[in-house]
Amino acid sequence: MKRDIILAGVGGQGILSIATTIGAAALNTGLHLKQAEVHGMSQRGGDVSSNLRIADHEIASDLIPYGKADLIISVEPMESLRYLPLLSPGGWLITNTKPFINITDYPKMEDLMAEIENFGNHIALDADQVAKDLGSARSANMVILGAASPFLGIDFSELQDAVRRIFGRKGDEIVKLNLDALQAGRDYALAHKN
Amino acid sequence: MDQKLMLLGDEAIAQAAIDAGMSGIYAYPGTPSTEITEYVMQSKEARSGQIRAGWSTNEKTAMESALGMSYTGKRAMVCMKHVGLNVAADPFINSAITGANGGLIIVSADDPSMHSSQNEQDSRVLGKFALMPVLEPTNQQNAYDMVHYGFEMSEKLGVPVLMRITTRLAHSRAGVIRKESRKQNEINLPKDSGQFILLPAIARRQYKELLKKQEIFESWSLTSGFNVFTDGDNKSLGVITTGIAHNYLFENYPDRHIPYPVLKVAQYPVPKALVEKIYNSCDAILVLEEGYPILEESLRGFLNLGKTIHGRLDGTVPREGELNPNIVAVALGMEDTHGKDIPSIVASRPPSLCKGCPHIYSYNALTEALSKWSKGRVFSDIGCYTLGALDPFDAINTCVDMGASITMAKGAADAGLLPAVAVIGDSTFAHSGITGLIDCVKEKSQVTIMILDNETTAMTGGQDSSAFGRIEDICTGVGVSKDHIFVLNPSPKYHQENLAILKQELDYQGVSVIIPRRECIQTALKHIKENKKAESVPSEN
Repeated sequence: MKRDIILAGVGGQGILSIATTIGAAALNTGLHLKQAEVHGMSQRGGDVSSNLRIADHEIASDLIPYGKADLIISVEPMESLRYLPLLSPGGWLITNTKPFINITDYPKMEDLMAEIENFGNHIALDADQVAKDLGSARSANMVILGAASPFLGIDFSELQDAVRRIFGRKGDEIVKLNLDALQAGRDYALAHKN
Repeated sequence: MDQKLMLLGDEAIAQAAIDAGMSGIYAYPGTPSTEITEYVMQSKEARSGQIRAGWSTNEKTAMESALGMSYTGKRAMVCMKHVGLNVAADPFINSAITGANGGLIIVSADDPSMHSSQNEQDSRVLGKFALMPVLEPTNQQNAYDMVHYGFEMSEKLGVPVLMRITTRLAHSRAGVIRKESRKQNEINLPKDSGQFILLPAIARRQYKELLKKQEIFESWSLTSGFNVFTDGDNKSLGVITTGIAHNYLFENYPDRHIPYPVLKVAQYPVPKALVEKIYNSCDAILVLEEGYPILEESLRGFLNLGKTIHGRLDGTVPREGELNPNIVAVALGMEDTHGKDIPSIVASRPPSLCKGCPHIYSYNALTEALSKWSKGRVFSDIGCYTLGALDPFDAINTCVDMGASITMAKGAADAGLLPAVAVIGDSTFAHSGITGLIDCVKEKSQVTIMILDNETTAMTGGQDSSAFGRIEDICTGVGVSKDHIFVLNPSPKYHQENLAILKQELDYQGVSVIIPRRECIQTALKHIKENKKAESVPSEN
């Protein structure tokens, strides 16, 4: 078993919180893990990505080879497309549709959505809206993680446990909000994955 | 201790140094090395005062402080990014001549492909230049183990050890198993009281010693177990890897069985015996190096009359940039893999100054104040404010190395480009700007120096700035006239007043210093958050 995952977003969007949760769940099930992060200059509002690799055997490279990634998980729609060269032919694209516009030449939303729709295996949802409807605007990243959960090769209950461990210090209410967000994302993906 | 920690390569080095009984860590922040020192600073050992951990004014002062701690017999580490090693080059190279007393490791984090740097120089060259043993870990566990080994080696052989890492190891997490902790050393001064006095007579003796030790360094490289030769059936090619290139080779063989003989290099000087073994048994050699083609070049020799050597120099591997699994696949004659192309509608998203950043105002005001002069007179420096080079600012004309803004502005002013403007951050000013300012004062150069004071080292994540609260005092102390030092509030509210001062000082025929001062928006937000947290915790008093 192996899952090579590209996490994508814009500097400051907190993609590493998704990596941390998947990582905690993977480690708990005894899987191997490598996670290459981006620090430094590009964190200032530029495009950022992280290579997250989990496997039931030792992992060699910190970087995922082009054309071999199983999943792109993106918290921003345009950024989800930037990493297509890394995705394998049968790979899945999971993305938030809420744009983060900090450049003047951001493409038209309909063109962007057409490109995403054009890509076969995809789950696209407005995670910010879903999170807001749940009364937890800050849990959009958990919605996205939930939407990716059917493709991770990790039991959903392990992800839920990881959320409980990571957010436990912040109190039961925060844990519940994040678990709800995770579930909402998962429900959406299960309903739309075929 | 079999507890597995998920650590960045940087953190693995830090944890190892703590476990190996290090007494002090010195550094100037720089991507991708910063997290080593940050990790130690946050450790309970550092917070309780058992380990000295903190930021130095620059890499040279950090290197010298670490050498001073080694002199006392205690273990010390100094960390920097690759270009920082240039700043520390003088004490670094001479530390090989003095040798170490307590274990001394210099960590230099290289940035091939220049993710966050102005060049991709390879620190192994400087290690060789200094005749120092070099360790180049291949993964996070290896990095952890090598720190323990490096301190041992440094003490047993009486020599500082250079550890060279690259971005992908520094900033990638993997499981690390810790070793048992070791106590710190007591103070124990060098047996030879002349060891650290590099008078020519002593230096000549010490240098001879260092040359003699090269053979011992090589024998350690042979026996340490970090350099590994693995035989293979297919002798048409032998593959030599250095550092993390080894991982990319393995990535291309999912069953981990490589048909060719492989020499994995992770410790220098490279043992001749192992190189001979692979060279003599194979028809041709492929060298995969994460960095400069150093080993490749020495294998080819000046005339390249031996066996065929493939690598960066014959185009089998690109001449510049970091390696990845695909580059290595192609070098091995395998098929390249590639997903769909990036759709043409995807726009580039370069890094930019944060919303609310004080530099935004400062650049807009400076550009307005300079509007009556021709373009091309703003000399800038290393930091977030280098982003002033990009749209929509297009406000600076140079960025070369730490501190070069002030001295390049001086050189341009000397040539007659008047007024010349320097733009430098507060931390960079402390790092390497002060000496240049003294040059300007001494010759009354017509330069206007803007010290953008956001009260932190912002680009690397908000570390302390050594000149914090002292910038005006430093400027007057080195002789800048008080009448030509101005502190501005970089906010549109004060625009008319600021603009008038800027225009007036651009006309002044001498050194003037203008200090737009407002805290970095990132650290300010962090402080607000921390204060809120502190308030929400009920006080016991």
